[in-house]
Amino acid sequence: MISMNVNGKKYDLAVSPDTPLLWVLRETLGLTGTKYGCGISGCGSCTVHVEGEAVRSCGVSISSVEGKKITTIEGIGATRIGKALQKAWIAEEVPQCGYCQPGFIMAAAALLAQKPKPTDEQIDGAITNLCRCGTYNRVRRAIYRAAGEMAKGGKR
Amino acid sequence: MSGVLNLSRRNFLKTGLLAGGGLLLGVSIPAHGAQGAAASPSTETFVPNAFLRIGEDGKVTIVVNKSEMGQGVYTSLPMLVAEELEADWSKISVKAAPVDPAYNHALWGAIQGTGGSTSVRSEWERLSKAGAAARMMLVAAAADVWKVKPETCRAEKGFVVHGPTKRRLSYGQLAQGAGRMKVPEEISLKNREDLKIIGKPMKRLDTPEKINGRAIFGLDVKIPGLLTAVVARPPIFGGKVKNVNTEKAKAVPGVKTVEVIGAGVVVAAEDFWAASLGRDALEISWDEGEGGRISTESLRKEYAGLAKTPGAVARKEGNPQQALSEAARRITAEYEVPYLAHACMEPLNCVVDLRADDCEIWTGTQFQTVDRNTAAQVAGLKPEQVQIHTTFLGGGFGRRANPKSDFVAEAVQVAKAVKKPVKVIWTREDDLKGGFYRPMWHSRMTAGLDEQANLTAWHHTVVGQSILAGTAFAGMIKDGIDATSVEGAHNLPYDIPNLLVDLHTPKVGVPVLWWRSVGHSHTAFVVESFLDEVAQAAGKDPYEFRRKLLAKHPRDLAVLEAAAQKAGWGKPQAKGRAMGIAAHESFGSFVAQVAEVSVDPKGKVRVHKVVCAIDCGRIVNPDTIKAQMESGIAFGLSAALYGEITLKDGRVEQSNFNDYPLLPMSEMPAVEVHIIASKEKPGGVGEPGVPPIAPAVGNAVFALTGKRIRRLPFGADELKRS
Repeated sequence: MISMNVNGKKYDLAVSPDTPLLWVLRETLGLTGTKYGCGISGCGSCTVHVEGEAVRSCGVSISSVEGKKITTIEGIGATRIGKALQKAWIAEEVPQCGYCQPGFIMAAAALLAQKPKPTDEQIDGAITNLCRCGTYNRVRRAIYRAAGEMAKGGKR
Repeated sequence: MSGVLNLSRRNFLKTGLLAGGGLLLGVSIPAHGAQGAAASPSTETFVPNAFLRIGEDGKVTIVVNKSEMGQGVYTSLPMLVAEELEADWSKISVKAAPVDPAYNHALWGAIQGTGGSTSVRSEWERLSKAGAAARMMLVAAAADVWKVKPETCRAEKGFVVHGPTKRRLSYGQLAQGAGRMKVPEEISLKNREDLKIIGKPMKRLDTPEKINGRAIFGLDVKIPGLLTAVVARPPIFGGKVKNVNTEKAKAVPGVKTVEVIGAGVVVAAEDFWAASLGRDALEISWDEGEGGRISTESLRKEYAGLAKTPGAVARKEGNPQQALSEAARRITAEYEVPYLAHACMEPLNCVVDLRADDCEIWTGTQFQTVDRNTAAQVAGLKPEQVQIHTTFLGGGFGRRANPKSDFVAEAVQVAKAVKKPVKVIWTREDDLKGGFYRPMWHSRMTAGLDEQANLTAWHHTVVGQSILAGTAFAGMIKDGIDATSVEGAHNLPYDIPNLLVDLHTPKVGVPVLWWRSVGHSHTAFVVESFLDEVAQAAGKDPYEFRRKLLAKHPRDLAVLEAAAQKAGWGKPQAKGRAMGIAAHESFGSFVAQVAEVSVDPKGKVRVHKVVCAIDCGRIVNPDTIKAQMESGIAFGLSAALYGEITLKDGRVEQSNFNDYPLLPMSEMPAVEVHIIASKEKPGGVGEPGVPPIAPAVGNAVFALTGKRIRRLPFGADELKRS
């Protein structure tokens, strides 16, 4: 049995310890918002948070995250940053096919948690996800928009 | 269920009143083969038919017959209906159409599918009329309730209002009654100045579910008892299993079935990880067939040789040979582009539930009818026994519109072997190595200039595989010319008196397919780069040189001028920067792009900004057009800078994003899009943004470095400063 906490819910799972976190989320827990894109931690479609850090879930085994707090795209909307990002994503009309977008939002949420006012260079450094539809400029605008909204909210 | 309305002939058949009440309206164009058949009943309150349903709750469901793969059809097509329906946009929802003749492509005949940047163009009239007819029936129903003349009533935002008394009834309240109204025989559509939705940047309807993980792509489909399968496919195209030892694979915990199917070996398991470990444990020896001889390097030599010989004539004007021999100056160059993979972010996948006398398939496909018919054939069923549920597509770009239905046909084979509902997952490696690439192309170019440096002759020889050959569409090849091989080359807009475009179509055992912008993806690069060479040889500014040759093509000229002006063409550039320009018509639209680039000492090209002008005729959603231009530019840049599938000894040398890189966010240029106001008929937007970007960048690199890029992707070695 492997114990894990996903989006605030506790699970005890009988899965093979070397199974990548991605497939446990998708197949065992049915949380299909986290996407498979490459399996080599190369595209970021599978990005989730492990203890608040952006992690590519295709590249970590379930045993290595045992007992840790995991947040997925299904849970990020319950956080202040996640909510702000989702709102900004709508305002900037970011998604096209949408497949990679959960990964982008998760990577952006981890970035904003550490750097509430990121620069272009910090965004480039942190958001190394791939998007085949070319939504990059809108992703960037949405991150700035969310950061701006949160800064305004903080002053109130 | 009653029949389908024929709105195109203004010859309307009455639709029946639905079980449970509500207005049912369907349209189709029988001239193209659709007859009567209605969508199958669903479990929802109101039975869907063709394109539009209005429930008693006022909800408007638009059944969209195009696949949503990012291009925005789940928004732009509903906008067409909602405009004429006078619908409340907040009440609109979308449902993917089942496979049915009612949903056949309005231009392609008896096929339901999405491609060729045709969705808005082909559905504009049909969906507008579907909305308008429904509105007229709702108004008639309200007039009937109030016992007033319909002319005294008007529709607005989901209500019918009686003008004199200001009484109001919602579409939901009127749905049942509207179903009893006579279907109008004459439908007139709105005047342009009355449009409220069309032409406005309406928010995409699919965004909310795409930002919280709820959007269901093929890979996300769950059905009871579902197994997951992966397939070990031959490492060489056309290979077969010679021997296989399945014992170790079968011993992997969770593995349920290991069997030889078609050309490969399927491993089905309780989950992906077990299936994948099972596949790793297979011991297979392959019969490689002839494919082991194929290599990119030998193909390059073969193509270059062919290009020096006369091919099938795609277009001939004047006397090109004579004009070239008499030219004061001749310019010759050879251009090459590689095989390219579509590399959709969602790797290929397909869910099949095959039962004794029917079959359900869930997948992201662009080619529903073809896939259904192929699936039926493999399953030994009739086409009507096969149902396809179209999910969201995590990218399509043509890969999910395969005349051979490869990923669907194989999944049905898998289901037959596994005898359980099964999801076939292609890993990224499977997807990239799986073939159906944009063909590799070679072009040999010769141009002639007269004494005054006017362009008098042009000869373009194209060499590459046919996409249509060997498919059900092979009949479209005429006199040795597959039009998709030469599109953009044989119909170039430039005024050149003597012109020859010819084609060689070698047969190579590498499966090829249309890839976003199809033939234009190579012809625009070649034509627009070579024209730059000719301009340079003529001592002219490449923009002015094009302008002169486009005098008879006002739409090409207008986008060219718009892009140049907005980009500040001809003004002094920042140090280390230069601009390049290219224009191209494709899929009914005209696009010009100006790229601003720099090249670092290691030879790496950086594109800083792209100014893009598009004339796509009448527009539906301007923000979607902008998004598609950004998208086409990113897609084209990935190909120009990085994209290359190569083969050695029949084996594809690339495997994943580490060796088939995509443009990263840090390299995405700023993109400025200018939409030309137009009253022309609508053109496409999904593909036309792709073709001009590679030549615009190549031309900018030449302007900056004096080095001409004639082979894609741009090799850093050639551009390294010594």
